[in-house]
Amino acid sequence: MSPVYSEKVMEHFKNPRNVGEMENPDGIGHVGNPVCGDIMELYIKVKDNIITDAMFKTFGCGAAIATSSMVTELVKGKSVDEALKISNSAVAEALGGLPPVKMHCSVLAEEALKSAIDDYKSKQKNKK
Amino acid sequence: MERIYLDHAATTPVHPDVLKTMIPYFTDNFGNPSTIYSYGQEAKAAVEDARASVAALINAEPEEIVFTSGGTESDNFALEGVAYANEKRGNHIITSAVEHHAVLETCKFLEKRGFYVTRLPVDSSGLIDPDAVKKAITPKTILVSVMHANNEVGTIEPIAEIGKITREAGVLFHTDAVQTTGHIPTDVHELEVDLLSMSAHKLYGPKGVGALYIRKGKGRLVPFMHGGEQEKRRRAGTENVPGIVGFGKAAEIAREEMPKEVKRLTALRDRLISCILERIGNTRLNGHPVRRLPNNTNITIDFVEGESMCLSLDMEGICASTGSACSSGSLEASHVLLAMGLRHEQAHGSLRFTLGKWNTEDEIEQVITALSSTVARLRSMSPLLKNKS
Repeated sequence: MSPVYSEKVMEHFKNPRNVGEMENPDGIGHVGNPVCGDIMELYIKVKDNIITDAMFKTFGCGAAIATSSMVTELVKGKSVDEALKISNSAVAEALGGLPPVKMHCSVLAEEALKSAIDDYKSKQKNKK
Repeated sequence: MERIYLDHAATTPVHPDVLKTMIPYFTDNFGNPSTIYSYGQEAKAAVEDARASVAALINAEPEEIVFTSGGTESDNFALEGVAYANEKRGNHIITSAVEHHAVLETCKFLEKRGFYVTRLPVDSSGLIDPDAVKKAITPKTILVSVMHANNEVGTIEPIAEIGKITREAGVLFHTDAVQTTGHIPTDVHELEVDLLSMSAHKLYGPKGVGALYIRKGKGRLVPFMHGGEQEKRRRAGTENVPGIVGFGKAAEIAREEMPKEVKRLTALRDRLISCILERIGNTRLNGHPVRRLPNNTNITIDFVEGESMCLSLDMEGICASTGSACSSGSLEASHVLLAMGLRHEQAHGSLRFTLGKWNTEDEIEQVITALSSTVARLRSMSPLLKNKS
């Protein structure tokens, strides 16, 4: 249907998974800026070092919304260390590829995840 | 799914009567206008008829019209042609910050070759101050280029006022009238322009053909294309005869229908604008409220991004754009909206609807309904709308 995006991207854009603001998240990632036109917020719940839930809110293009949706799907059930290994290209690949001009959206999704995990880790440190 | 096309500033469908007029020139009347036998002379006559029709649309003389491949070539030809023809006399060009890329990129190109370019700012409605043009003119100024109406926000610039100033100063004046010819009255004498760019596919003609108006007695432009002696040695290359014939027919139809179309489209546009502003919160009209193209609606919708809105609307069969077709796909926000003082997230969150000949009131209703639900859906995902969802 859309020649710009893969079917998978369009599917995640139409029906994004895990949209919304999480209550009492264990980590929040906030990345992007108004100049590039993409802002992502990613929330995670962690139990026994496993990411049990992930949610997002995104201001951005179709690719930004689809990559946000996909990264929340990929991360669920993974340990914190496994989640840190999720690369932007893994997100793009899971979506059946992204146009070159939109690859930065997958970078943003990876950064949002890392930033959420960093936030989680620093909160853990403070608890100790 | 029935589609609703609201991107007429990007391109228009070819009018059925235009197509009908063009068809014989692909087959039966295929001659090269530069040949002396009847096939060629018939084609030549058709090109000259089209030239007269295009000239009449802007109140010019037929010999002042040079056919080109479109608006971009016309802009390139005007700027480079004047620059190279006058480089011994001066090297300064004045333009605006909100021009089409065909002008802005040509200016950049000329800067690399030693020309100096002044880019005048606009106010929050997109208007250029004619007084700023007057102040920017120096003894080295060889050309002023300001668009007749902006392709993104529809603001109609004070071309006649600027024309007076350039005329008094003895500086050549070019206007990119791609969005206005055939849509609003465009008269080269009232506007006091020396060069004017047009494109056929914005007025229900075919793609790949346009024209540059060059006022008589204003000196010669350095040609952009070199080769044969076509177009009185101003533009080499065998004429795009079917395209030119189509352009001529489109110009004729536009001239006949303009008074009625301006009224109809203005009413439809105002309805679209007022319904969006009333029914969707946190929205603002971009561009001038009155000095505005009859078919242009450009709206900033807070908290959501333009491409995702376009994509969503496309899923409902509605074709709109984020600003200019030429910059979608790029990551940068519209240079026009930024020049008007919008913040980046507002510029990224803007939509353009440009209406055309076959849009109906019923379609406008459908668009408003679809836009409301699209905006609600995307706002529910937006981190810019904290705790309000």
